[in-house]
Amino acid sequence: MLGMLALGAAGVVVGPSLEQGVSAALEPLQGSGLTGVLPGGGGFIEYTVVAGFPAAGRDYRLRVDGLVGAPASFSLDDLEAMPAVHLDRTFQCVTGWSVPDVHWVGVRLSDLVERTRPEPTGTVLHFTSFDGVYTETLTRSQAEQTGALVAYRMLGAPLTRGHGGPVRLYVPEMFGYKSIKWLSSITVTDRVEPGYWERNGYPVDAWIDGHPPTTAS
Amino acid sequence: MAGTHPPGAASRPGRGAAARSGHPAGTGAAERDSAGGWLLRFDRVERVVHWLNASLFALLVLTGAALYLTPLQSLIGRRELVETVHVYAGMALPLPVLAALSGSWGRGLRADLARINRWSAEDRRWLRSGGRGGARRGTGVRWRLGKFNPGQKLNAAFSAGAGLVMLGTGCLLRWYRPFPLDWRVGATFVHNWLALLFVVVVAGHVILAVSDRDAMGSMLTGRIDVSWAATHAPAWLDEEVGTGAPARERSR
Repeated sequence: MLGMLALGAAGVVVGPSLEQGVSAALEPLQGSGLTGVLPGGGGFIEYTVVAGFPAAGRDYRLRVDGLVGAPASFSLDDLEAMPAVHLDRTFQCVTGWSVPDVHWVGVRLSDLVERTRPEPTGTVLHFTSFDGVYTETLTRSQAEQTGALVAYRMLGAPLTRGHGGPVRLYVPEMFGYKSIKWLSSITVTDRVEPGYWERNGYPVDAWIDGHPPTTAS
Repeated sequence: MAGTHPPGAASRPGRGAAARSGHPAGTGAAERDSAGGWLLRFDRVERVVHWLNASLFALLVLTGAALYLTPLQSLIGRRELVETVHVYAGMALPLPVLAALSGSWGRGLRADLARINRWSAEDRRWLRSGGRGGARRGTGVRWRLGKFNPGQKLNAAFSAGAGLVMLGTGCLLRWYRPFPLDWRVGATFVHNWLALLFVVVVAGHVILAVSDRDAMGSMLTGRIDVSWAATHAPAWLDEEVGTGAPARERSR
């Protein structure tokens, strides 16, 4: 029993490097379905806080409103017609798993908000999901600093329903819970309202390193 | 139960009630020798603790799978609720054992824990032989194993250690704030892989239990036939019937 305890403690310490080894060892199994079940396969675990993965209607539109001069709503086609930004980043979940080199395509969040002419007092963005429950928040300066995306493609394909399709947020430098899935609206406000998990104890400023990056990303 | 328990045996308090002719009718009689009678293998407290543990473990496996497997997330979702149930079930798991150990009612459990922690020379020989030859009759090799065989002792040591590691890493993940990200990554790694290993080990336990109806029945009724003990746990049988002369006379 003491042996198990020692192994467990050692595992916590060396786990991160072991995990890389395990991911490499499981590489040949990619696509066999096994990697989805075995821990450390470097894959996503798709989360949802409601019953199942919600589905968008065919008339999906992303609304941007609040303290803005020109509220607007965008269809997927509208977003795809805007200048696309490509990012390759590690997706880091707050619960400890991560997926390296995820390829994202989307519209720069700050550019999209800029189109609706936000008022100077509108320093905060509030996001809602069409799952009807999940919410998130980001200051406009954080949106700028992180280069956050309103993403519609991921891993070389349109966003799947499980990954939050058709449109989700992707916030680099922050834990995955910031990257709200099934994005339905962005509201410009003047004060921070904690999002879904943040009301349950997660930090509102979700920097993976505990602080903003020293150099702009 | 079907067994007829002679009045004389019932007067012997606590564990180790060995009876002369309390042979339960109609349960694989071919396996039995003529010794008859039964022993109390697990007392009521031990049985309650076992089934509470089993229920909580099942709840942990189900909620853990729902949190971990994407197809189940897509079916069940409700992450916050499932996570809360998982965390409470995990923290509740040690409670039945602790409650059982905290009073005089835990005498049987304490005695069995002492047994399962003690390795005899015979246990080590059995293990070195790879557990072969076992306690099966007719092989010519009769191991003088006690109430718990070395496999069960290893399983107990693994489960106690693994359970505490799961509890520790689980708490680290639930109250992660003071810990650096690397620790959390390590805790997730350990928690996930150990969970998988734990499920495999418990599945083995369940398969072995289901394949030995008498042994499994004793976790429901508490009773095991003397003939079973003679086959699988002869040293325990000696211990039980050999301590008091009257019991030996009654059972042999």
